[in-house]
Amino acid sequence: MDVKVKILRYNPEVLDESEWKTYSVTLLPGDRVLDALHKIKWEQDGTLTFRRSCAHGVCGSDAMRINGRNRLACKTLIKDLNPEKEITVEPIKGLPVLKDLVVDMEPFFDAYRSVMPFLVTSGHEPTRERIQSQEDRERFDDTTKCILCAACTTSCPVFWSDGQYFGPQAIVGAHRFIFDSRDEGTEQRLEILNDKEGVWRCRTTFNCTDACPRGIEVTKAIQEVKRALIFRRV
Amino acid sequence: MQRHQYDVVIVGAGGAGMRAALESSKRTRTAVLTKLYPTRSHTGAAQGGMCAALANVEEDNWEWHTFDTVKGGDFLVDQDAAEVMCREAVDAVLDLEKMGLPFNRTAEGKIDQRFFGGHTRNHGEAVVRRSCFAADRTGHMILQTLYQQCIKQNVEFFNEFYVLDLLMVAGKATGVVAYELATGELHIFSAKSIVFASGGFGKVFRTTSNAHTLTGDGMGIVWRKGLPLEDMEFFQFHPTGLAGLGVLLSEAARGEGGILRNSDNERFMERYAPTVKDLAPRDMVARAMANEVREGRGCGPDKAYVMLDLTHLEPAHIDAKLPDITEFARTYLGVEPYTEQIPVFPTAHYAMGGIPTNIKGEALANNDDVIPGLYAAGEVACVSVHGANRLGTNSLLDINVFGRRAGIAAAEYAATAVFEELPDAPETFVVDLIEGMRNAGGEERVAAIRTDLQATMDINAQVYRTEGSLKQALVDIERLKERFAQVSVQDKGKRFNTDLLEAVELGFLIDLAEVLVVSALARKESRGGHFREDYDKRDDVNFMRHTMAYREVDAEGNINIRLDYKPVVQTRYKPMERKY
Repeated sequence: MDVKVKILRYNPEVLDESEWKTYSVTLLPGDRVLDALHKIKWEQDGTLTFRRSCAHGVCGSDAMRINGRNRLACKTLIKDLNPEKEITVEPIKGLPVLKDLVVDMEPFFDAYRSVMPFLVTSGHEPTRERIQSQEDRERFDDTTKCILCAACTTSCPVFWSDGQYFGPQAIVGAHRFIFDSRDEGTEQRLEILNDKEGVWRCRTTFNCTDACPRGIEVTKAIQEVKRALIFRRV
Repeated sequence: MQRHQYDVVIVGAGGAGMRAALESSKRTRTAVLTKLYPTRSHTGAAQGGMCAALANVEEDNWEWHTFDTVKGGDFLVDQDAAEVMCREAVDAVLDLEKMGLPFNRTAEGKIDQRFFGGHTRNHGEAVVRRSCFAADRTGHMILQTLYQQCIKQNVEFFNEFYVLDLLMVAGKATGVVAYELATGELHIFSAKSIVFASGGFGKVFRTTSNAHTLTGDGMGIVWRKGLPLEDMEFFQFHPTGLAGLGVLLSEAARGEGGILRNSDNERFMERYAPTVKDLAPRDMVARAMANEVREGRGCGPDKAYVMLDLTHLEPAHIDAKLPDITEFARTYLGVEPYTEQIPVFPTAHYAMGGIPTNIKGEALANNDDVIPGLYAAGEVACVSVHGANRLGTNSLLDINVFGRRAGIAAAEYAATAVFEELPDAPETFVVDLIEGMRNAGGEERVAAIRTDLQATMDINAQVYRTEGSLKQALVDIERLKERFAQVSVQDKGKRFNTDLLEAVELGFLIDLAEVLVVSALARKESRGGHFREDYDKRDDVNFMRHTMAYREVDAEGNINIRLDYKPVVQTRYKPMERKY
């Protein structure tokens, strides 16, 4: 089928302003949006620029705004987008656009790195593995699925309006360790999240949960972190 | 142009690169250069697990694991390397757990283990639960955990830097030249040790589980330096790629009880491997599947694939152990694995060959001599622990064991070595490459050439090969090289010029496809992943040896591929017939 794909283009080497460009592509209903972008880049306009790698939703490279919603281009099928109408593709919002669909990911990774996203332990290491019950392991399973694609953070209205807010992903990244029974860094991590630009900025709009391509219940994780802060226990 | 100096430079930030970086950076000043953000690396796509004889759920020991690895590799494995890997596997898994990796747990709270293809108890008696796992996203968890440790340890990354040349002075590795994607600027890195950990080259095939970015850059760079590549004819085709797409469905699906069926709904693996059935090594299963299709027992409108059946498993069990791969089936094929069988067909998955190294991770200049300052680990390397066919889970093990070893060896070498004077204008080769590509005015497009390359490789150099098919591939590649000389890119800019980089990557792919085919043509036997219909038996008399391919330029400037051979290291195990 013939599909129209409208893409927000930006290349400061050529033009200071961004502009919409529409391309016609022949696609199969089961094709991914990433296939459409590749067809445009490979057959029509080699200057179209976007990040991608694995092409099946596990590397997190190709989060973009498709028909107004944050999704991974490689996990979004054309047939699910009402392709009789034009499909729009733009960069994720709230991070500086560098070229076409490529944004500056550094502020996003800075936020992640700031919440101590690593296991903190003290004392001597055991000879064998640390013991963890299946229930304790299950406690933080959901947030281990995160692929750092930024779909959640860049769907958050608070993040758009307030450049200082960590954003949902950083809280997810902290949650994964706060609720890990092996971890001893909870106090420090909660202190970081208690910051005025921390977890309290969340207004529970659920955009993040809707945006997550891994199906993580992001808002629920944020609520659990808030509760841990209030009661100071996990 | 910027210049940098580090004791150790690591190229690539997947599992092997980051595992090396964790060792190296705590010993000496280290930079990691990666063409992707580290968490985008393809280690994250690995699913099923990482084998180690922890014996948490049943009796097991590392010697059995070594035997399975050697036999799985059709006896082309260097047994000293396999022993190292399987012995250190236990600590490698425990190290990851201590770093925080969220393994699935047994009822007692220990690391859980499950079945995996080719892993057996007591030298082939029966299958054994050896694979340590985190649902079906073990690679994801390894990649995330290693990145988290790198954050903790303040490892210095240069993200979206494409290394395009290795600098050598008097036979020593002395630095690399990198292209910064964001700006188009070149960077010269002077280093005492360089570790290549840049992954494989699955994109030479059309149907592949590999990421778009797996274009063999590291192997290609080393190749162009006249350094050898080992066993390049051995490429693994994973049995269960989603039909038509190649997206990987983990062997864990069969480890958890999944069954392959043909159009008669027959469990056909019972005929090919009576003892371990669906859990035979990948080369055997992939060939069996291709054979079912060839003999007319394929499924679907074109009888082009077979079915993976999970419908007899409890949905709760599927959700707990195989959540991601069942979601792939739903997302990409609209198939509900609880109630429907999943169409699957072999997909190009893993390069057993690569940059030859010894068990310390030191790269080899020939059969005997190391290249001072150069190291390699992971899929880019050939130690060789996988021989002619890698066992499932042994790649995640390989990156952890040999990534660690290479990181330590590189840092230790750097502690006593000095920075060598770089050659004058060290960037010349890369400037010529990049500017030549940017300014070329030919009519050919990168994507068209790449598509044709992948097509000929899928048709002529896949699961089944013959002299005729391989010669056809060579003719096609020769023609593609001529077309590549006429290639031009549309994006002439400096900023995020992925158009340009795709052209450079295609150059590597063409080089490596040719090495693969030339090596395959000369190996007139069938062994592991390399199956020749015209020589369908293993020939230990003539071919129990590693292929070593060299790029040579003659007096007229013609480039030739010279093949040499290297003995296989055999310690405990004598070659035997490979039956399961």
